[in-house]
Amino acid sequence: MNASILETIRPAGMTRRQFIKSVIAAGAVSSCGLLHFKPAGAAPKTSPEAVERLITLSVNGQQRRVDVMPQETLAQTLRNKLGLMGLKIGCDRGECGACTVLIDDVPHYSCSILTHSVRGKNVLTIEGLARSDGTLHPLQQGVLDEQGFQCGYCAPGFLMSTLGYLKANPNPNRQELAHAVSGNLCRCLDYDKILTALMRGAEYMRKG
Amino acid sequence: MPQNDTLFTPRLTGQNYTTPDLRAKLTGTARFAEDLQAEGMLVCRLLTSPLPHARVTHLDTKAALTIPGVRAILTADELPPPADFVTDRGEMIKASPWAERGLTMEPLFQGEPILAVAAIDEATAAAAIEAIEVSFDPLPFVIDPLDSLRPEGPNARTDGNVWLPPGKPGEQAKVGELKWTSAEFEAAGKDQLPLGKAGNEWAYGDLEAEMAQAALILDETFVTPNVSHQTLETRSTLAWWENGKLHIAVGTQSTIQTVPALARWLNMAPDDIVLISEYTGGGFGGKGTASVTAIIPALLAKKANAPVMLRISREDEQAIGRARPSLVGRMRAGFSQEGRLLGLDMFVVMDNGPYEEQHDAATSGRMASLLYQPQAMRWRSVTVLTNTLVRGFQTAPGGLQACALMGPMLAKAARKLNLDPLEICRINAPEGQAPVGPLKTDGSRDVATSAFVKQALDQGAQAFGWQGRRSRPALNHPLRRGIGVATGCFVAGTIGFDGLFVITPEGKLRIHCGIGNLGTESFSDVQRVVADAMDMPWESCEILWGNTGKHLAWSCVSGGSQTIHSMSRAGLAASLDARAKIMEIAAKSLGGAPEDFAIANQRVFRKTNNGEGLSFAEVARKAIALGGAYDGHECPNDVNKMTKKSVAALAGQGLVAVARDTFPREGQTFSFVAAFAEIEVDTETGMYRIVDFHAEADAGVVVHPRAFAGQMGGRSMFGIGHATRQKWFYDYEHGMPVSRRFYQTRPPTVLCFPEKFTWGAVGLPDPQTPTGARGIGEPPTAAACAAILCALSDALGDDKFVRAPVLADAVLAAIEPETWHPATGLAANV
Repeated sequence: MNASILETIRPAGMTRRQFIKSVIAAGAVSSCGLLHFKPAGAAPKTSPEAVERLITLSVNGQQRRVDVMPQETLAQTLRNKLGLMGLKIGCDRGECGACTVLIDDVPHYSCSILTHSVRGKNVLTIEGLARSDGTLHPLQQGVLDEQGFQCGYCAPGFLMSTLGYLKANPNPNRQELAHAVSGNLCRCLDYDKILTALMRGAEYMRKG
Repeated sequence: MPQNDTLFTPRLTGQNYTTPDLRAKLTGTARFAEDLQAEGMLVCRLLTSPLPHARVTHLDTKAALTIPGVRAILTADELPPPADFVTDRGEMIKASPWAERGLTMEPLFQGEPILAVAAIDEATAAAAIEAIEVSFDPLPFVIDPLDSLRPEGPNARTDGNVWLPPGKPGEQAKVGELKWTSAEFEAAGKDQLPLGKAGNEWAYGDLEAEMAQAALILDETFVTPNVSHQTLETRSTLAWWENGKLHIAVGTQSTIQTVPALARWLNMAPDDIVLISEYTGGGFGGKGTASVTAIIPALLAKKANAPVMLRISREDEQAIGRARPSLVGRMRAGFSQEGRLLGLDMFVVMDNGPYEEQHDAATSGRMASLLYQPQAMRWRSVTVLTNTLVRGFQTAPGGLQACALMGPMLAKAARKLNLDPLEICRINAPEGQAPVGPLKTDGSRDVATSAFVKQALDQGAQAFGWQGRRSRPALNHPLRRGIGVATGCFVAGTIGFDGLFVITPEGKLRIHCGIGNLGTESFSDVQRVVADAMDMPWESCEILWGNTGKHLAWSCVSGGSQTIHSMSRAGLAASLDARAKIMEIAAKSLGGAPEDFAIANQRVFRKTNNGEGLSFAEVARKAIALGGAYDGHECPNDVNKMTKKSVAALAGQGLVAVARDTFPREGQTFSFVAAFAEIEVDTETGMYRIVDFHAEADAGVVVHPRAFAGQMGGRSMFGIGHATRQKWFYDYEHGMPVSRRFYQTRPPTVLCFPEKFTWGAVGLPDPQTPTGARGIGEPPTAAACAAILCALSDALGDDKFVRAPVLADAVLAAIEPETWHPATGLAANV
């Protein structure tokens, strides 16, 4: 884009620098989500900074070899290169929690973690909860039994946040659990039912 | 409906169960549109306008197209002209020249897409965007609708600043210019809406005669907020073409209804579109039939001859997603000594955004007329275009605004008349087939199918302990307590849609459901009625949904919380068709007349000899042998053409049950909620907590209690967000939205939820629908918003704030007006 427009609309009394600063502050130059990357098999990258390195990640108990760029987030790697679509990129900026995964049992927003930084650590996503025979994790079963969540877009993030918290505090009260998942947004705002369902899941976990 | 009583015994209806989509949501296997990938998929990025209103004067894409990996660029001049369309009722709707197109050379708001690039990856697409040369000629813009109504105020569009009503019957609304005089602005008092010329108006009764009898007349102005939908799933879309057909995966509230919408925008035949949308990450009205930007990847995919994924970032979602329009309302209301609303003179100015006319203003008048039953009423409105983000339906569109404008006024009237606020809600509540809206040409008014609002108020007050809370002593400094009660209502059902299922040769019931899956679970819940009507165990029922390639039935738009009403009727209609066919097949096979047979336990059998009968599996095989209408080779004429197409595809697969809902209905279907709230205000910080909240529904029969509970809690919270925290901020000087992400206009979190929340339901069946069910998704939003505002007024006093949401600064300004000054004027985005 050329910048000539910035000259033509400059309000009276403002310097060009002041105006540009105000526009940038409003984030108004162009759309600017973080970048996603090519699907497997696409043509080579053209951007000079996009130099990939083959690294090994531990994801859901498996060693996964994957080419990763320096600026790549864990959310991008998990979704776009490892096909783990359970986590969602609701905001890409650590505001909604839909991309939450566990890294060494601690909940993290995977949109805000560089993939390189989790080498040697254990990553657990929503896909890693149920057994291979389809038996649900007790936390999932509790939510299923209480019909937790509505659209379900936020559900994987909520479940992973809860699981991480329950590892530290297996017997929370409702208020404690609410604080634990307060970094996860549900736009259906089904919080009452979600908390009931998560508490049921916590109960099932305690019972083993 | 007594005639249907023997055909519908609720065994599953009204019980909790696990919906068929939930397991996938909890295991990460649910596939939303952005989760899909196609071989050779390209990705798409948008170049959006940096200005609130401008004309593109120069656009050069040559350099961008030379970048390796850039496959196609789509500009506005390549968009097909939108098509006219014919509604189900046969009305021709002409394509509007003022409609949003998806791409434009005259952007009308900051963030509006100008062109789109398809490339092998998003880094390449972003590089292409940077390489595009584009220049703009800035045009006048306006953010505040009242600014546009001033004599010299700017217009949001070059051809006008307001939506004007049709000039004569048969015409459509059009954009034009309307300005108020300086004298009209000057005549308004501080924080009063000026009363200039209206664009629309209606009236019934003798307003001034009623006002003359009033013991109390209030004249209130209030501003409701602009609130973005902020669905957690952005409106990403994947599109590809195969054998001349468009395949498109998109988050949409409605499945089958999105097809004709896309066809209209793309000016192509609906038969050539296959829509995939098994899961949708929230809609709230903003994804009623997807949105026009879904055509961008469709057109790029055709141009590039490859699948194209349009991923929408959070900022882009804020721009091209939808939002509820703000209303500035001025209500002059006359009350009797007993609190009865005698006359209501309501004038609303709506911030419409730049595109299609929104109907919140009109609906606000209808909802006010229904919910408060004024004996005489005049409603006027002006729908003002602004260079702000695109508006759309949002939960209880117009209903929320009506309640936010009116609810606190009723509470104020109660205080002035020394009445219980509960009683003033009660005395004005609609009852039975209550009238709604303006006079029709024959002099009558529309009516509701039923209303049990007084029962909801009574039961809710009991559950909340309203009377006990009124008499408690005040809290110690610095805390203040406030309690509020308010009602809410909205449309809760339509009629005339189709049900379709197949009884297979395996004896299973396979339901072909065109309802969208946006999280309300209605797509599944209504099928409980079908299972009950067919006396089928739930485990023997399979629901096909979310892909029009699966031959789905024509369904209502999954919006306005009409589905549970509309589609339970349609499902029951198809069940009646199935039962008739099954009994005819039994008579043909076993002798006798159809009425000699009964249906139960997946069998049809002779009433006089239970052992003589056929299993459903046998019936299905005989249906195939008989052909004709039995197996779908013939289809009823009155079903929608899309249902006919599905039936043709299913012909020969078993007993095909298909019918249009023709059950009678007298009146229009509405649901209601009474909400009760208690808040505690910290007068030192301006912060406040919702310590208790109860919502009581009048929404007919509850079909699925847990889903119903989710709507009661979730939709109440939606309204609470409007009252307490969600609004836009704008840079008025440059026309830029400042609220572009969650943290700048944050939806309520789990910690915002009332510390105690309960709900109840009157549960009285609606007498005008066979299952007795009405929708519940809308009215909690309106009631909850109004109840919180009422509680705030109770704590802070009357006339302390003129706009919602009420943030801490407004609270402090109410408590210490000499120290804290609230934002002045009647703008919403301040």
